Amino acid sequence: MKHTLAILVENKPGVLTRVAGLFSRRGFNIESLAVGVTENPDTSRMTIVVSGDDHILEQVMKQLNKLIDVIRVSDIPGDESVNRELALIKVGVDSTTRAEVMQIVDVFRAKIVDVGSKSLIVEVTGDESKINAIEQLLRQFGVKEMVRTGKVAMNRGAKVVQTEKR
Amino acid sequence: MTKPKMSGAKAIIESLYREKVEVIFGYPGGAVLPLYDELYDSDIRHILVRHEQAAAHAADGYSRATGKAGVCLATSGPGATNLVTGIATAYMDSVPVIAITGQVPRSLIGYDAFQEANITGITLPITKHNYLVQDSKDIPVIIKEAFYIAQTGRPGPVLIDVPKDTQSEIMEFEYPAEIKMRGYKPTYTGNEQQVKKAASLILKAEKPVLYVGGGIIISNATEELRSLAESIMAPVTTTLMGMGAFPSGHPLSLGMLGMHGTRYANYAVQESDLIIAIGVRFDDRVTGKISAFAPNARIIHLDIDPAEIGKNVRVDLPIVGDAKNILKTLLKYVRQEQVRTEAWTRKIEAWKKEYPLTYKKDNLLRPQFVVEQISETCPDAIIVTEVGQNQMWAAQYFNYKNPRTFISSGGLGTMGYGFPASMGAKVGRPESTVIDIAGDGSFQMNSQELATVVQNDIPVIVAILNNGFLGMVRQWQELFFNKRFSATCLEGSVDFVKLAEAYGALGLRVTKKSDVKDAIMEAVKSERPTIIDFVVEKQENVSPMVPAGAAINEILDLE
Repeated sequence: MKHTLAILVENKPGVLTRVAGLFSRRGFNIESLAVGVTENPDTSRMTIVVSGDDHILEQVMKQLNKLIDVIRVSDIPGDESVNRELALIKVGVDSTTRAEVMQIVDVFRAKIVDVGSKSLIVEVTGDESKINAIEQLLRQFGVKEMVRTGKVAMNRGAKVVQTEKR
Repeated sequence: MTKPKMSGAKAIIESLYREKVEVIFGYPGGAVLPLYDELYDSDIRHILVRHEQAAAHAADGYSRATGKAGVCLATSGPGATNLVTGIATAYMDSVPVIAITGQVPRSLIGYDAFQEANITGITLPITKHNYLVQDSKDIPVIIKEAFYIAQTGRPGPVLIDVPKDTQSEIMEFEYPAEIKMRGYKPTYTGNEQQVKKAASLILKAEKPVLYVGGGIIISNATEELRSLAESIMAPVTTTLMGMGAFPSGHPLSLGMLGMHGTRYANYAVQESDLIIAIGVRFDDRVTGKISAFAPNARIIHLDIDPAEIGKNVRVDLPIVGDAKNILKTLLKYVRQEQVRTEAWTRKIEAWKKEYPLTYKKDNLLRPQFVVEQISETCPDAIIVTEVGQNQMWAAQYFNYKNPRTFISSGGLGTMGYGFPASMGAKVGRPESTVIDIAGDGSFQMNSQELATVVQNDIPVIVAILNNGFLGMVRQWQELFFNKRFSATCLEGSVDFVKLAEAYGALGLRVTKKSDVKDAIMEAVKSERPTIIDFVVEKQENVSPMVPAGAAINEILDLE
């Protein structure tokens, strides 16, 4: 069972190490990780996908809350949130395949952000399954390189993750 | 008002004054020279240890004996890494220790400079929090936060790493009036609804057991605990860390539970219908086989650390908060109610009669006898222990009456802890007799501190239960490894009497039962640092014992 956690932390050096170190020493597994500053420059937000049952999730959240630099930990439920990843995929093309690749990109509402004589860079955003799907389709043309961000997530509707702890 | 200008080193000293620090255990070196230069003029007592590990343990012992934060100080690199065992010990037992380390100058950090070690990285998993000073102007805020974090909520060690150049840098000093930390707000008051539910469970219970630990001592809740036990007539068992939380001689006391607990404590837990767990963490040495722990009981768990709730066992009713606060509230709801535990307390009385803690009473000098004699001769002493058999006998056979009179490395099980910790305890409570109940193995891990206690006139007594073995390991080899005593014989150890004398301490040797009391009296009267070498029966084992992985009622008596 995968859970997506939104973790608001102090925007200070060393905080990522504290969070990542906690996962490794408590034997929790990070599936993906994304970090960036929030609307408040003193606060960063980490989105961490962790796998485990409810007991593990509860321990992860409690242990994270014990870190002094962690301000708030929230579980973002998948069905009531917007989840996005971004991927850059360098696809090998020639004159015969370029058009077909561009068609796939269109269907996925992805973008071509670099055009070379033998390759294209495709930029795609979406949830995990969408990115998996386009990667799968592009593979037949030869994926030369791929980079994916970790997932970021936000609750739908009025619900917000704020810095007020608890 | 203009803020006074001073060096970062001076700012550290000023900040320590504000935190009412009276003593620092430390060892100088290159990266803390500016700080030691300021210490030279200060009123803070500095005790020069002979190994930094001892500084950390001494600060820890000082803290456990007094309830105040203990402070240790070391230089960068090896000085800092030598503190690590002591910091980890304090972390596992929730002790507020402030460790200050020197660091190479900021411009050299990351360049593998001489005596550079990334001590904030190294201590990340064994501190409650740590700091690297990036700018001397941050020193007052960091020190204020460090003391606050160390001493509040579930206490723990905090390390402050101070680059040498920030110590000499001139800054404007202003000690902050308050703390602003968004991510740290410990919960002190328990949820009243939960407390009410706990009260109703307690009043329905027929076989309640109070299982209490170090949390009671940390929150100064011994009186509330006693009131609760007496008003609901429930027996009390303590963990190793909880020795002293409830008087060992009280009729409701079950003594310690777990691996080397009493039979009756373990039986009571296994038959109980309600475990009231306070300030404990269901450690494996306590629970034995976890799936078989207290099979018939509902569990109420009170702890200030929410992460402990449900970590090791399923809990029926959690209450997060300070033990003293919660117990006070709880007492409002359980007082003067009809108790239903009469049959239960009678059953426990019968178990106590049938299965007392005991050992062979013959003419041989047995370690349990030595501990009993210490208990009789110095009933108000602070007992500090090393780790192993000596620790278990000290827990089993001394009659504890008060909190902060049993000081031992429970969680980490650090050999070599006791002697330096006893030094810290004595510095913190000079009016008390402080006795380190030691093994010959553990004592030799930090025996160099004899120089410290002699130089600084810290008259602690080290009672070595000398059996010539690493006794607890040998006990396991005897029971579980076909008596193949691999590397547990300590033949060739020093003559402890001569060792004491070489350092200028008093050394005594006891080989007969009849001499035990006199030797203890002589040590107390001498008011000198003393080693008593009790040459005890080599073969003695700690009994009873729950084998690792067994349920705690599957308890064996050993010869």
